[in-house]
Amino acid sequence: MAHIELRNITKTFGAKTALKGLDLEVEDGQFFVLLGETGAGKTTTLRIVAGLEKPTEGTVLIDGVDVSDWGAAERDVALVLQQYSLYPRYTVRENLEFPLKSKIRKVEPDDMARRVDRVARTLRIDHLLDRKTDRLSGGEMQRVSIGRAIVRQPRVFLMDEPLSALDAKLRETLRTELKNLQMNLGATFLFVTHDQVEAMSMGDRIGVLDNGRLVQVGTPSEIYGNPRNTFVARSVGSPPMNLIDGSLSGGLAVTDAGFSLPVAASANGAGNGRPITFGIRPEDMFLDPGAPAEAAVHDVENHGVAKIVTLRVGEGLVRLTTSARDRLAIDEQVRFSWDPEKVVLFDKTSGLSLRHNT
Amino acid sequence: MAAVKTRSEVALNRIAIVSVLIVTIIFLAPIYWIASTAFKPRHLATTIPPTVVFQPETSPFVKLFLRRSQLREQPTPEEYAAAPWWEQLVFDGGEKVVRDGRGNVQFSGYPSRFMNSLIVAVVSTILAVGMGTLTAYGFSRFKVAGEQDWLFFILSTRMLPPVVVAIPMFLMYRWFALNDTHLGLIILYTAFNLSFSVWLMKGFIDEIPREYEEAALVDGYTRMEAFFKIVLPEAATGIAATAVFCFIIAWNEYAFALIMTRRDAQTAPPFIPSQVGSGLPDWTVIAAGTFLFLLPVAIFTFLLRNHLLRGMSFGAIRK
Repeated sequence: MAHIELRNITKTFGAKTALKGLDLEVEDGQFFVLLGETGAGKTTTLRIVAGLEKPTEGTVLIDGVDVSDWGAAERDVALVLQQYSLYPRYTVRENLEFPLKSKIRKVEPDDMARRVDRVARTLRIDHLLDRKTDRLSGGEMQRVSIGRAIVRQPRVFLMDEPLSALDAKLRETLRTELKNLQMNLGATFLFVTHDQVEAMSMGDRIGVLDNGRLVQVGTPSEIYGNPRNTFVARSVGSPPMNLIDGSLSGGLAVTDAGFSLPVAASANGAGNGRPITFGIRPEDMFLDPGAPAEAAVHDVENHGVAKIVTLRVGEGLVRLTTSARDRLAIDEQVRFSWDPEKVVLFDKTSGLSLRHNT
Repeated sequence: MAAVKTRSEVALNRIAIVSVLIVTIIFLAPIYWIASTAFKPRHLATTIPPTVVFQPETSPFVKLFLRRSQLREQPTPEEYAAAPWWEQLVFDGGEKVVRDGRGNVQFSGYPSRFMNSLIVAVVSTILAVGMGTLTAYGFSRFKVAGEQDWLFFILSTRMLPPVVVAIPMFLMYRWFALNDTHLGLIILYTAFNLSFSVWLMKGFIDEIPREYEEAALVDGYTRMEAFFKIVLPEAATGIAATAVFCFIIAWNEYAFALIMTRRDAQTAPPFIPSQVGSGLPDWTVIAAGTFLFLLPVAIFTFLLRNHLLRGMSFGAIRK
């Protein structure tokens, strides 16, 4: 198992810059999730760690050793991709054996058989061993892919959206399995995804990538509760954080939408006088007949455990979650408030959180 | 729902089948003509109207392989009886087998020309497809500076009719002493086919997801190992299709073979028409030579037919 460090990585493809000055550290045994939209540079980062791409600038260290000039074969990392990672002409067993047959490893045949069998049992694919890979379902294929990574006992596991091509139910099952597997193996995982639910539920740490830059690194709760900027606030959480423009005046958030609500005293001072974006999670807002702000119900989504209510305030929309038992009619007038402690203040022009700046 | 066909659909179907049959017959007629003539006695080869029903015989093939000359006088009955069956067939045709001083049978030029064709076509196909596949892989997987220009340049070698450069080529070959050598023809045919092979193989390799090789690279294999273990088996269909095309082109080439070779390296296409028998043209022998000549291509194509069908329709299914 290993520790990965990327120092000041820049990668350009022709005129296009995929990564810019990226610094990243993954601790030994950590499940690190890189979260970002398509084209943010997640896959490029992974490929640079794997040795499939050479960074234009910067160094890659695995266990403190500079591996920038090493080929993919020498780095001893395993890669699981979204699709196409199984060799189509081989059976499941041959696929699992393939990495062990490499000249750089030299595994004895009976050791190989033992390792393949153990992995197959762990991933519950032992009944598929003699099947050709094109006869497998999507979930089975990804299990085999993961198995092929595990069987090698690599220093690092790299996963490029391994669950994205699967249907929702299977994705959920494999998510738990993968997390358990990582904990049992004590392995270092670098996991790339655009799905914030995956990131939140699996990651020990999350790195949010935007346009080739790492915006914020932190534990899921840090990322969720204390986003560094409005981009992170928008990309994590479902429904996402409400972002409401306004300004601060005497401990009150005066919003452009027309309502004013209190914010915690600790947030005051820094934000006085300049345009502010107030960020508040839907679950930190509530309906209350005695609350100071008024709105009309725009839409109600019933999610079983809770309801997501969209309110129309002035020109804008805000979302909050409420108990599934609450009965609400569209266009009904309601009063709402928020938890003043949970409001995150962002500078409107830069989008940066004021908490992080101070 | 069961597939119920309307009356007009049935009629259309029949028309389609009949049309296909007619076209097939038209296409197969020349081949039938050559094949049947190859087994005809000489006097039936040029009858008007053509003879369709006849007793097939092997004499055209015997004559094809043996050097013969016109008989001055009929063999004595003893001579005739002592001769082996193939020599009797030659006697029957009014010719005799040419023997050297020690009485050994002399072969005609055909077997060696046939071998020349085989050597030149097989070697040039292997070279063109091998080099083409490697080149195509390079263009497909790596960033090559000026890639589009290079590919266009490679293709541009196909843009003029080859015969245009026949005379300069002939002079160059004479300078390098490549005239009438196997090597000369192999180089020529490889060069003809290479651009075609590069373009065709690039199309096939582009279709193979590079994730396969990258997985192999990460799994501890070198680029070359990944190429041979993963890419090549996946490209087998494309390689088969390309090989058939290249083989047919090299096998059928006539103009350059006629200009560049005389004897040692002469291939079958320029030889067969020159083989007109010891007296008047013996069409049965020419037909026998042609018939044998079409067999390798037919066998090669037949063996690779499954690959070919998939290869021809490549690109039709998008991932």
